[in-house]
Amino acid sequence: MTPPTDTLAAPEALLDDPSTAVENPTVGIDQTAGNFTYDVKYEFDAGSGLNEDVIRYISNVKKEASWILDFRLKAYQTFLAKPMPTHWATKDLENIDFNKIRYYLSQGTKPKRTWDEVPDDIKKTFERLGIPEQERKFLAGVEAQFDSEAAYSNVKDIVAKQGVIFCNSTEALREHPELFKKWFGKVIPTGDNKFSALNSAVFSGGSFIYVPKGVKVAMPLQAYFRINAENFGQFERTLIIADEGAEVTYMEGCTAPKFSTSTLHSAVVELVALKGAKIQYITVQNWANNVFNLVTKRAIAMEDAEVKWIDCNIGSRLTMKYPGVILKGKRARGEVISIALANDGQHQDTGAKMVHAADDTTSVIVAKSISVGQGRSTYRGVVHIPKHLKGCKNNTECDALLINTNSRTDTYPAIVVRGDTHAVQHEASVSKVSEDMIFYMQQRGLTEAQAMSLAVNGFVNDLVRQFPMEYSVELKRLIDLEMEGSVG
Amino acid sequence: MSATALSSSALPGLDSTRFAAHLSQRATLPAWWLETKKAAWNQFLALPLPSRTDENWRFSNLKGLDLEGFDLPEDAPKDIPNHSSFPQTAELVFSNRQLVARSTVPADLAAKGVIFAPLDEALRDHGDLVKQYFQKHPAHLGSAKFVALNTALSASGGFLYVPAGVEVALPFVIQHTLSGANVATFPHTIVVLGPRAKATVVEFFLSGGAATERQLAAGVNDLHAAEGAQLTYVGAQHWSRETLAFQVNSIAVERDARVLALNLHLGGRQSRHESHSRLLGPGAHSEMLALTVASGDREFDQRTLQTHIAPNTTSNLLYKNALLDTAKTIFSGLIIVEPDAQKTDAYQKNRNLMLSDTAEAHSLPGLEIQANDVKCSHGSTSARIDAEQEFYLQARGIAPVEARRLLVSAFFEEVLNKLDDEALHAALTALIASQFKK
Repeated sequence: MTPPTDTLAAPEALLDDPSTAVENPTVGIDQTAGNFTYDVKYEFDAGSGLNEDVIRYISNVKKEASWILDFRLKAYQTFLAKPMPTHWATKDLENIDFNKIRYYLSQGTKPKRTWDEVPDDIKKTFERLGIPEQERKFLAGVEAQFDSEAAYSNVKDIVAKQGVIFCNSTEALREHPELFKKWFGKVIPTGDNKFSALNSAVFSGGSFIYVPKGVKVAMPLQAYFRINAENFGQFERTLIIADEGAEVTYMEGCTAPKFSTSTLHSAVVELVALKGAKIQYITVQNWANNVFNLVTKRAIAMEDAEVKWIDCNIGSRLTMKYPGVILKGKRARGEVISIALANDGQHQDTGAKMVHAADDTTSVIVAKSISVGQGRSTYRGVVHIPKHLKGCKNNTECDALLINTNSRTDTYPAIVVRGDTHAVQHEASVSKVSEDMIFYMQQRGLTEAQAMSLAVNGFVNDLVRQFPMEYSVELKRLIDLEMEGSVG
Repeated sequence: MSATALSSSALPGLDSTRFAAHLSQRATLPAWWLETKKAAWNQFLALPLPSRTDENWRFSNLKGLDLEGFDLPEDAPKDIPNHSSFPQTAELVFSNRQLVARSTVPADLAAKGVIFAPLDEALRDHGDLVKQYFQKHPAHLGSAKFVALNTALSASGGFLYVPAGVEVALPFVIQHTLSGANVATFPHTIVVLGPRAKATVVEFFLSGGAATERQLAAGVNDLHAAEGAQLTYVGAQHWSRETLAFQVNSIAVERDARVLALNLHLGGRQSRHESHSRLLGPGAHSEMLALTVASGDREFDQRTLQTHIAPNTTSNLLYKNALLDTAKTIFSGLIIVEPDAQKTDAYQKNRNLMLSDTAEAHSLPGLEIQANDVKCSHGSTSARIDAEQEFYLQARGIAPVEARRLLVSAFFEEVLNKLDDEALHAALTALIASQFKK
């Protein structure tokens, strides 16, 4: 396949126009930090559109084992067979043109181990996003994915010496098949939904992590996902295995420049927490608001294991993402903390899925959403306690805040409980910022704008505090709402 | 599924011949009504049965929706159960779709213009009035096919009209009884309260004869409360153990009106209840209540919709299920606040009391909010009897079985005590208690 090289270059920093820095004239939300693009030459390009040849091309570039190609081709058939889930989801999904998307773009499949080796055109993107600086300050390892492949991947020596494996999916399946093949595609089967099937067919990049028995990784591991090319589809695949008693925190961030056409991001993330292990997975999603962000994330938690998803969705045109935990072992615990912010033209359709499959398992869901302007936020959740289990508990709280008169919010939970030894509780509320609260603050000399900003921050504050320090600062900056439109 | 029928026209029971016969017996009714019935029959034939991807039927047992082999009953037994031993204004008693007993409206109320009549009689004598309110606000909760079947074949049901400013203290009672195997009934009741009128309607749905006969019931009602009116509606369902039941309620609440609808679900094999409230004018309030004793292997499927159309409207929903044995309940509720309905205050709560280790409760409480100055919340809980409360009672010398019974009745009391009529309250309490004596 010959790559159409003439379509590759995007004019440098074309979109980096300060006049677009404020997205909403009344409430400014900084979604612009990632809105720039540099000219990049790609070595591998699968062209536009999807067919079996594209899948063979990707597999060939990656020099994959034949079972992976078979897995991909089978998944492609599943993808074709599955209908769009528009009987319950938004019709906006029909606007995705799978023939216009570019499924694979890279400068090679081998990530660099030092920033010096990373080609300048890619490096300056990550420098501008502050990734190398963050790595020096507080991270145990970083993987930086640029379109289809990781440009940089490194784990600090101290962590590598503990036997922690942190690499991308291509490397992991090639070099550690005995570790990863066992769980690959097991937590989220290919046919789970149309987009998990698509990802299974064309996946590239993402992190594969193995933390050996008893190893507690003190500092977080981080991945940063960057879409650079127009009409590009990013399909990273992440698998994190925490062996018995191990502990790990993983953080991911994502940005893309704002193009005039839409972009697709469709990841599959599988977490495996073996007996007594703890995994914390933190996402701060700040895609440009032309990105369809359709992600499947699920964990399996064995006996006494704990999985916590902290999921923050600020960007994208449409996000559909319901991180889940299958509580497979006794006393396993699952938690989802979700923050969503929907501005004009955005629909955050997020939530959580808790499947109890053993006695005395506990799950907690706390979801808060803010709808601004004509933004729409949706909570969709599943809590499932099927037959003959004992002593399961779930507590779900969803709160929605509506800022403008035309803002919209929906809540669609589904709760199934069987048996008389469980305790399940769901509560949801919808409100606006109380006039009394604003009046009180104005009495004390704050402007209406400052008061509103403070009230909105107060609404999410108890969740933001659960983020690691560095991220909560970042998040506060992202969600800094100022009524007069200036970006804080 | 039985192998007796390959298509709906080949049904041995409710086929087009049967429909034509039903229609010809009603040739004296207004032409618009006969046309409505014909259209409904065609709609029933044209609409598909609910499918797996239909969100309104999520978690429902679709295999149980088997309409084959049912027929319209012929005789009308008079030996039927009766639960309406409380003081009342007037009563209509239907057995197998035929009116078998009635007490007429007191002369003073009739003089004020109160109409309380079987639906067919009302169609004949007050056709234009019935036409004005018949399915004026159809419920949108997924049962269009069964509502069409009801319209096509309805023969029983009541029509109550209370003119402006008339207040009636004691309840109007309508009883539907179905006896025999493989018989079907399609009751339709219409209640219209004029401005500032006040009334209570109690409707019973009961099976006579053996409690194990296979039966089909598809009921509909239209409740209208004009400006400032106050309507209390109680529907109590105790169908046979093998009944497939549908009941679709539509509630329209105008400015400053208040409607309280309480539905009690006890029987049936698979019973689906839909209730759609529309808050049409400022100050309107809808109180939606339901109590279900789910025992045996019954399935109770309850779908609700609270649509806030006008600003400054309020609604409150409380659906309580007690689950025993291998019973299954589904509660799916939605509050819709339309863009103009600022200052809405809406609440929705589903509580499932799990009394068995094999019972299964599904809860889908939903919100769709398109206005920002609103107070909306919902809650759902599924849990067993509070162990501390049980212990407290036992510590005071109350036997475990009795303690449990007390706590279950307290669980229902929260809903029942919203009724002002004490005699009605007592009758419903007795009906619920009878479920726990077995």
